[in-house]
Formats: sequence, structure tokens, C-alpha cells
Amino acid sequence: MPAKAVLSGVHFMNGDEAIAEGALAAGCRFFAAYPITPQSEIAERLAARLPRIGGTFVQMEDELAAMAAVVGASWGGEKAMTATSGPGFSLMMENLGLAVMTETPCVLANVQRAGPSTGLPTAVGQGDMMQARWGSHGHYELIALCPYSPQEAFDLTVRAFALAERFRTPVLIMTDEVVGHMYEKVEIPEEVSEASRRRPQGPPDEFLPFKPDEDLVPPMACTGDGYRIHVTGLTHDERGYPDMSADAQDRLVRRLCDKVRLYPDEYTLWEEHSLEDAEVAIISYGISARVALRAVELARRKGHKVGLLRLVTAWPFPDELVRRVADNVKGLVTVELNLGQISREVERAVRGKVPQVGVYHPGGRIHRPEEVLAGIEEVI
Amino acid sequence: MPVKEQRQAPPPEITQGRHPMEKYLRMDRIPHIWCAGCGLGTTLASFLYAVDDMGLDPDSLAVISGIGCTGRVAGYVRMDSYHTTHGRPIAFATGLKLAKPYTKAVVFSGDGDLFAIGGNHFIHAARRNLDMNVICVNNLNYGMTGGQVGPTTPLGGRCTTSPYGNFEHPFNLVYVAASAGAAYVARWTSLDVRRLQKAIQEMLSRKGFSFLEVIAPCPTNYGRRNKLGSGLDELRHYADHAVIKHGADLSETDIIPGQDFLVGKFVDSEKPTFWEMYQDKVAELEKRSSR
Ligand SMILES: Cc1ncc(C[n+]2csc(CCOP(=O)(O)OP(=O)(O)O)c2C)c(N)n1
Ligand code: SF4
Ligand SMILES: [Mg+2]
Repeated sequence: MPAKAVLSGVHFMNGDEAIAEGALAAGCRFFAAYPITPQSEIAERLAARLPRIGGTFVQMEDELAAMAAVVGASWGGEKAMTATSGPGFSLMMENLGLAVMTETPCVLANVQRAGPSTGLPTAVGQGDMMQARWGSHGHYELIALCPYSPQEAFDLTVRAFALAERFRTPVLIMTDEVVGHMYEKVEIPEEVSEASRRRPQGPPDEFLPFKPDEDLVPPMACTGDGYRIHVTGLTHDERGYPDMSADAQDRLVRRLCDKVRLYPDEYTLWEEHSLEDAEVAIISYGISARVALRAVELARRKGHKVGLLRLVTAWPFPDELVRRVADNVKGLVTVELNLGQISREVERAVRGKVPQVGVYHPGGRIHRPEEVLAGIEEVI
Repeated sequence: MPVKEQRQAPPPEITQGRHPMEKYLRMDRIPHIWCAGCGLGTTLASFLYAVDDMGLDPDSLAVISGIGCTGRVAGYVRMDSYHTTHGRPIAFATGLKLAKPYTKAVVFSGDGDLFAIGGNHFIHAARRNLDMNVICVNNLNYGMTGGQVGPTTPLGGRCTTSPYGNFEHPFNLVYVAASAGAAYVARWTSLDVRRLQKAIQEMLSRKGFSFLEVIAPCPTNYGRRNKLGSGLDELRHYADHAVIKHGADLSETDIIPGQDFLVGKFVDSEKPTFWEMYQDKVAELEKRSSR
């Protein structure tokens, strides 16, 4: 294993490995996880790489611990990540909530497999999309990105760390087994700018650890910085002290949501294919969007004017983008490896103005382009 | 680090309603939520006296708690302090400690937090010999949620969820800690403030996973339901049954109601920590690649 933090150059690697390399390039130096396929290649690569570049790898006793350790490491001042798949994702929900409530930057990659429960170890699925949004208790916002190739897995992991620090929130990489195991060319630039953390400037006795700057995000004082702060998962005031009033809850939870919700331009990523003259738009993400691309080709060959809106950012859901695309077509086709999760968001955003057909499969295999084509022909 | 054997009469501040360890406390959060007669205050004070006596820079410490009455400790110390999730303070501390290896991590939590919901993290942190100091205030029940039966409730103990007396075999915490590989293991009652302080100083000056069990009264719940009287009576009851036996055979350290039980320092050993072993690996890799 190379003893170089950023592996600049062209490589042949799978999506999991690209996530691992993206994390290192972004400055991640702490990784904690529990083994689960199809995430293993992320952990295995980082187990080999981190000790050689001054980082820490630790295999925890379960995913509850892995996520908790990541939150702790982030407070310790490191850029920290974990990775898992369905069953482990469920266990991580508890301390994902802690990260949201304590405004802890961290990254969690979920290489989705088909559930519920142990489901199909370890065949592809996209059934955790709603869990990514609402899986921990309480009301919150976070950011979730969906790569559809190893290259994008690398790029989005770098981006995920930058966003986590910018918004002081967990960022999810919602990939899937096929992208995770797919080998492709991955180009790593000479230099990747490491995400930087906003640290407090003033004297400790005047510092209010949860008093936000103008953009609603407070600077972060880490362990040993001299600020002697208190961090709690309880509802708290700007001092970080528990405040059990409904008013404090209202102020805090609204701010935690607004600090993300109000800046969509900074994290909303997407790609449009052949939408200029399209009468039907496919909306998809991750591996399903790759199949959908092929379906666009097939449909065009048959003379149907079809395009694709590939969502890269799934959460917060890009309502306006979807509305804009929907406004210019006569029908929508949502393609995903579950029985309709993101399609509910599409429906909600579009408010029934355009007919929508869902091309669903609960996972175990990816869609066949012909199935998507049938969906297109249904909506035309 | 030597421990002062004798402390002078309580400083005048105490009688004036101030705490001599005020400099380590978030005085703007006092009064605390703990009940009168609870063992938590004295245990926390012993920790603060230990820090003071050792002259530790508070910035070199991090206090990590789970959820429960004991979990509130993190909220009262004027240090970097983390009130995490129920059962996970050790897992959180694992990340924090590995990110900041020179910070002294002190985990303060309850018996339910550390040994029911968090039991798995406890045994694995001890197995890895992570360099952290775990103080468990064992009040024999779940205090915060109103006195339910827990993993350390003695046989026969009456709790809200063992209304006819507990019939589950309890954990013997010091035995669990030692078996899992803890490098330092001690048990005292919350009456033994000086011994608690001394134990905490030893823990803070040793490396590796150290564990201190503090048998403490919970007059509001356990004490009341088991007719142990006021907090002071309950404390006396425990202290009267506590017999000091350093280095005791851990299989003899069970706590059985109505019988004497052993307190003392049971394990004090040295072995490489997770961090040291990791660093050795790193050095080995560097040597190999420079060859
Ligand atoms: C996941 C989860 N389950 C349950 C609770 C409710 N809860 C809060 S404190 C507590 C028990 C605390 O008991 P212990 O650790 O012994 O601490 P004590 O209050 O006795 O000091 C429980 C069950 C919770 N906060 N989180
Ligand atoms: S309920 Fe028990 S443990 Fe909690 S503060 Fe009161 S006496 Fe202490
Ligand atoms: Mg308890």
C-alpha cells in the first residue's frame, strides 16, 4: 500500500476503493467501522492505508460504536468517516442523530444492499433512501449524495467532507453494491483541497460554542482547544447548556434545519441528459440512473423524446429543480431499486401536475433498460 | 503521584455554600439536578480533588458521559465535556481518544449505561486496553428513569420493574472488568472519598484501561424501595458491609444483599495500550518501507 495520502494519477479501482481514496484525499484521518459486505473494500483499504499516512483505523465491536467513535473523533479534531450497509446503517441511526444535534461534521458511506433486514447479502438495492432522510428520531436535515460511478464516488467523497465541515452536519454517501464493486478508471487530481473546519477566534471566556455565525453555523471548538465547552445531545442553548423549554427546542431545531435548508446552491448537484427537447423525463440516481441512461438511448432510437434528470444530491430534496424539469415535459418516469421512495418526493414536488410512472424493483439486481423503456412507453 | 494522606478541615467556603472545587465546575449550572443524599456529588468531588491534587491542566482532560443521573456529570465540569448517547460514552471516547491521544479521557457513567446498553463497548474497550479511565457509579438501579431493575441490581432487590424482588443474576462489575482485560480495577463506596480520590489519581497516572466502581446510594429510588432509609443511612449500610481486601480473588467479590462485600484495588497491571500497539505497527511499517 502506498504511503502517500493523495494517490494522484489514473487508477483502476472499484467504487468502494474510490470512496476510501476520496476520504484520504479530503484529509480524513480517522475511520471506524464494523465489517459488512458490500462495504468491506472501503474498510480493508483504509485499514491498509491509514497507518501509513498518520491516520487511525479501528474496527469497532458494532456499528453503534463505529458511529459513536466517529462523532468522538470529530470532536477530537479529526476528519472522520464510517462506512456500512443496510443492517449497520440501522444501528448507526442513533449516533447519526447525536452528530446532527451536536453539529458534528462527519461522513457516513452506505453501500446499499437489498433489505429489509439481512435481505439479500449482498446484492444491490436502494431501499435505504428514506431511512437516510428520516432514520434517526426527531426532525432534522442532512445532506446525502448518490454517486453513479467509481470516479464520482471519489469526487463526491471529497465533496462530502467539505460539506460536512461547511455545514457542521453529517453527510451521507448513499451508494450501492453495484457502484461499490464496479471497477472503472478513476482519475485523482494532483492536489485536492482539504476541507477546513471553522474554529473559534476569540477568548474562551466570551465564547458561546453554539452561537451561530451569520450563516447559522457556529465555529467549532475541539477537545483541548482551551474553550472547555460542554456538548450534549439534549436540547441546548448557545452556551451548550441543556435547556428543557419548548422555546429552546424551537430555536435550536429550526436553526439546525435552516442552516442546511437555506443554502441549496452549495450542495444541490445533478446532471441533465437530453432534456432540451424531451417530452418525457426520467428521474433517477445512483446505479439506476446508469441503466436509465441506456433506456434514454433506446427510447430515442425508437423516436421518443426522452431525457434524464440524474439526481446526485438526494437530500435535501431538490424540489425546485424537479419542478423546473417537470414543467417542461408531459410525463415523468422514476427509476429506483425500491418500491417507490424518491418517487414520493418527486410526486410531492410536482404536485400531480404531470403524470408519473414508477419503474421499481426491490433490489437483488439492477433494472433492465427494457423495463425502463416500458415505463417510458406507459407514460407517453 | 503521591496522595496527601490527610486533608485539613473543610475550607470555610463549604460552610458558606461554595464549593472548594468551584474552579472546575460550571457554577452557572449549579444547583445540580441530583437528589439530596445521592452518592453522585461526593464521587464527582473526589474526581475534582484528584485533578486538583495532581495539578492537571483541565485542558488536558475530557469528560465523557452517557445518559442517566451519572451521565449528568459531564454537564457540571468546566472542562471539555461530552454528554453523549445512552450506553455509548466509551465508544465516543474511543474515537476522541484516538484522535487526541494525549488527552486524558475520563468516562463517568451509570451501571445501566455502561453495563446493560453499553456492556459490549465496555468489554471491548477493556480488551483493547484503550487508555481511558472509566468511573461507574453503581447505584444498583436505573436512577434517572425512576428506579427500574438493572444489570447490577442484587438478587431480591425491589425496583419498579422488579416489584416482587429481582430474580436475575447480577453482574459483578469488577469481575467483568478484570476478565475483559482492564489494567486497573478498583471498587469503593461513595463514603470512601479519600480512597476514591486516591484511586482516581492512580487511574489518571496509569496508562491503559482503568475501571473504578463506586457503590453509591440512590435514596430516591433504590434506597426507598428497599427500605434502606435516607441517603446517609443507605450509604452507611453499604459502608458497614464493605470489607477492604486489596488484590482479592475476583470470584469472591460478588455483592450479595445482607452480606459483607469486598472493596479495594483488585487489579493494577501494565500492558501495552491499543495506541502503543498501533504505533509499534506504524514504526514497523516505516522500517520495512525504508529498507
Ligand atoms: C437508547 C435509550 N434507551 C433508554 C433511554 C432512557 N434512559 C435514560 S437514563 C436510563 C438509565 C440510566 O441508568 P444508569 O446508567 O444506571 O444511570 P443512573 O441514572 O442510575 O445514574 C435510561 C434507560 C435512553 N435515554 N436512551
Ligand atoms: S434518582 Fe437516585 S441516582 Fe438519580 S440523583 Fe436521585 S438519588 Fe441520585
Ligand atoms: Mg444506575
